Formats: sequence, structure tokens, C-alpha cells
Amino acid sequence: MRVIARMDIKGPNLIKGIRFEGLRVIGSPQHFARHYYESGIDELLYVDTVASLYGRNSLNDLLDFTAQNIFIPITVCGGIRSVEDVHLLLRAGADKVAINTAAVKRPSLVEDVARAFGSQCMVLSIEAKSVGGGRWEVYTDNGREHSGQDAVEWAMKAEKLGAGEILVTSVDHDGTRKGFDVGLIGAIVSVVGIPVIAGGGMGKPSHLIELANKYPISAVAAGSALHYGNTTVLEIKRALAANGIECRMSPSG
Amino acid sequence: MPNESIWVTKGMPTITVLDYGRGNLKSVSRAVEYCGAHCLVTSDPNEVENASHIILPGVGAFGDAMSQLRERGLIGPIQAYCLKNRPFLGICLGMQLMFNESEEFGLHFGLGLIAGRVEKIPETAADGSFHCVPHIGWNTLCEGRADWAGTILEGVPMNGSVYFVHSYAAVPESAMHILAYTDYHGRRITAAVRSGRLFGCQFHPEKSGVIGLNIIRNFCSL
Repeated sequence: MRVIARMDIKGPNLIKGIRFEGLRVIGSPQHFARHYYESGIDELLYVDTVASLYGRNSLNDLLDFTAQNIFIPITVCGGIRSVEDVHLLLRAGADKVAINTAAVKRPSLVEDVARAFGSQCMVLSIEAKSVGGGRWEVYTDNGREHSGQDAVEWAMKAEKLGAGEILVTSVDHDGTRKGFDVGLIGAIVSVVGIPVIAGGGMGKPSHLIELANKYPISAVAAGSALHYGNTTVLEIKRALAANGIECRMSPSG
Repeated sequence: MPNESIWVTKGMPTITVLDYGRGNLKSVSRAVEYCGAHCLVTSDPNEVENASHIILPGVGAFGDAMSQLRERGLIGPIQAYCLKNRPFLGICLGMQLMFNESEEFGLHFGLGLIAGRVEKIPETAADGSFHCVPHIGWNTLCEGRADWAGTILEGVPMNGSVYFVHSYAAVPESAMHILAYTDYHGRRITAAVRSGRLFGCQFHPEKSGVIGLNIIRNFCSL
């Protein structure tokens, strides 16, 4: 199990909202990134929340800092629309990209990115809301726009197109720290063969243990719970180990 | 020109990182600089001849990478450099290129620095169940036939975790060249190789946190 810190970035700040709304400034992303790295986080996920509106200067500064100081895999998400966008981010130091909106609008982008750079760097990001009856609808543009697309069907299609991993975030649960949308994540894990990263709602390690005991997720993306200090990387890993779930134990071992 | 870096430590060598149009050069060169060494990123065959330490990075397909090396006239100089048993480190695809041949998208000849071939990771776990290929993520290093003392893995804790991303794996002809392996659902995968002062890592030391930096530092000190 990989533990990933999800860091939503707006301009020069690390921010976080609840259900993608009411965004609050938390602090300096450089400061948090270094702290998580030193605490033994397995990967970092930078979500550029305003990429489409203001360009990428702040994100590039952050990637530059990261390349010089942080030596673990970095995934960048937000505002990626083309193979050329991916190329620029990889050159700036990202190892993978996660794509939501542009992939929903143009599914062939998943195939194009996988073909150009390999499936290992194409992460499909699914942000979904429950529509009842054990179904979930894909949302785009930071949870603002509904797509009419069924989340489980989209996951299966994206795997066929060459996505290497799927990041699943429940818009309903994100930022609440009340636990995952176990139904949503379970429904997707059960139909795809590629790694699934569970996101949206973790507040404490027991939420993760409960989910991992039920479904074979590969990774967790934790945001608020880490940023607000509800839990720590070490506490999450100790809980995983105590429950017999394999994970990387410490930054030096 | 080598990058002037605030971290450069006196007495550390210049590490020549070969640029053949493929691979995450930025991560590798930043990690080298972080370890206190100079870094020279180049595709000039003359620099290979003069180098004291060479890193061959690589992401992508085997055949394509060999073509890129050939186009830049790098194959002969790399082989000549390695014949002199000077410090060499192949990373990920760069390690696979050190072998005789690969079956990735047809049969392709490699640099032939270590006897052996590169084969696809089996699509099933040892117990026959399905597992994911590519093998992506953190996995532990276990000691192979060769001892870690005096090698790039010196000081790395047994079962320390490093970061892998690959679909193919090297199968050296002699187990003596296997410095470390990793276990992927019961499949034993070559993780690090050694022949004299030539080393290869299937994982990415530049993405493997403190352990990876330790490995790069060891290489710089060879």
C-alpha cells in the first residue's frame, strides 16, 4: 500500500476545501512537501486547482523546488489538456500526470498519453458524486460540472484506453474527514485490473484499514487528514503494518 | 559545462549523465548534485572517453533507446569506457541496455556489458494468480549472490524499499552478477547488478528517497 499526500495548490498556496468548496489556505506547499517527504510519504500528488485560469508559474516553481529537494515520485493533476502539456510537466520534473476533465471530454487523450509516455505515467482521475442506487456520476472542472458519465463504466473504458492507474475521489466525501465512499471505491476496484488510489474523506487511519480490508486498493491519497494534523504518515503506516498490510516502513528503511 | 551547484562538495567527481533524448534527466542530475557531486549532462561521445563516472538513465523502449545511442555515436565509446572498468551506473532501462539482448517489441541487441538477456515480467504471480505488469511501486531489496560491501548498495538496509516502474526485467547468465533482487508476488526480479565497477539498478535511486540518495552517493564515491 502506497501512502500519497494530496496537495491542492492555488497560486503559491496549499489549500483545501470541503466537497471541493470553501477553499482555505493551509500554508506553503514547499514546507508541507518537504515535511511529508521527510516523514516517509511514498508519493506526492500536486493538484493545480486553477491551472486553467492563471497559467502554471507557481506550479513550475513548486516542481523546481521538488526536483531539487524531494526524491520520490511526483504526480501532477489539473488543467492537463494535451500530450504537449504532459511533455512539459514531465520535463519539469513530474513522473506521472493525472487527468480528469480533458479525458472525459476527449477519451482518446488517455490513449495518446499512454502511447507517448507509457501507461505508468497516465493516471486517470475520477471525481464522482453518488446519484443513488449504487451509481456514481463523473464530475469535471473541480466538482462543478456533471458529465452524465457513469463512474464505473468510465473506469473500465479508461483502463482499455491505456490508463495505468485510477485515482478515485468522492466529491461528496472529500475534505469531510468522515471516511471514504467505500461503495464508490469498491465498485471501481472490483471491475479494473490496474491499481486504484482511494481518495476523498479519510480522517483517520482506521478509515483506510476498513476500506483496505474490504477491497484490494493499491494506494491512498490523503489530504485534509494530513494537512490538519488529524493523523501522520507514520501513524498511517503503523496502522497498515499492524493490520498485516504491506507498506514501506520508514524513509530510511 | 558542469553545473555549478551550491551543494558541490570538494573532492567529489564530475558525474557524466548521458543524454540520448530519453529518460528523466532532471531527476537524476538533481539527485547527483544533492549528493554533492558535479553533474555534466551530455550526448557528446568525446565526453564519454574523458569521463570518470557515467550514469546511463532511461525510460522507454529498449530498441528505440539503442537506436538513439547509435545515432549519437555513443555505443562504441560506452563499450570502450566500460572495458577499462571505470565506474558506470545504468538506471532502469539504462540497466537493461547493459545486457546482450532484449525481447521488448522484437529482439534487439544491447550494449553487451554483462552477459544475459531482458525478458518480460511473467503476467502471473508464482501461485498462478493474475498480477499487475508493469511492476510499479515500492518494493524491497534482498541480497543476491554478490555481497553489498564496497558496492553501490553498501549501507542500504536489507529489505530497504526502493521505487520500481518496469515491465521487463534482466536475467543475467551468471547469478554472480546479481547484487540484489526483489520479490514480486513470488517472482524473483533482478533489482541490481554488478560486474567489477559497472553497476545497474532496475529501480530508480533518484526516486527512492534517502536509500536511493545513499546509493547515488556510493556511486559518486567509487
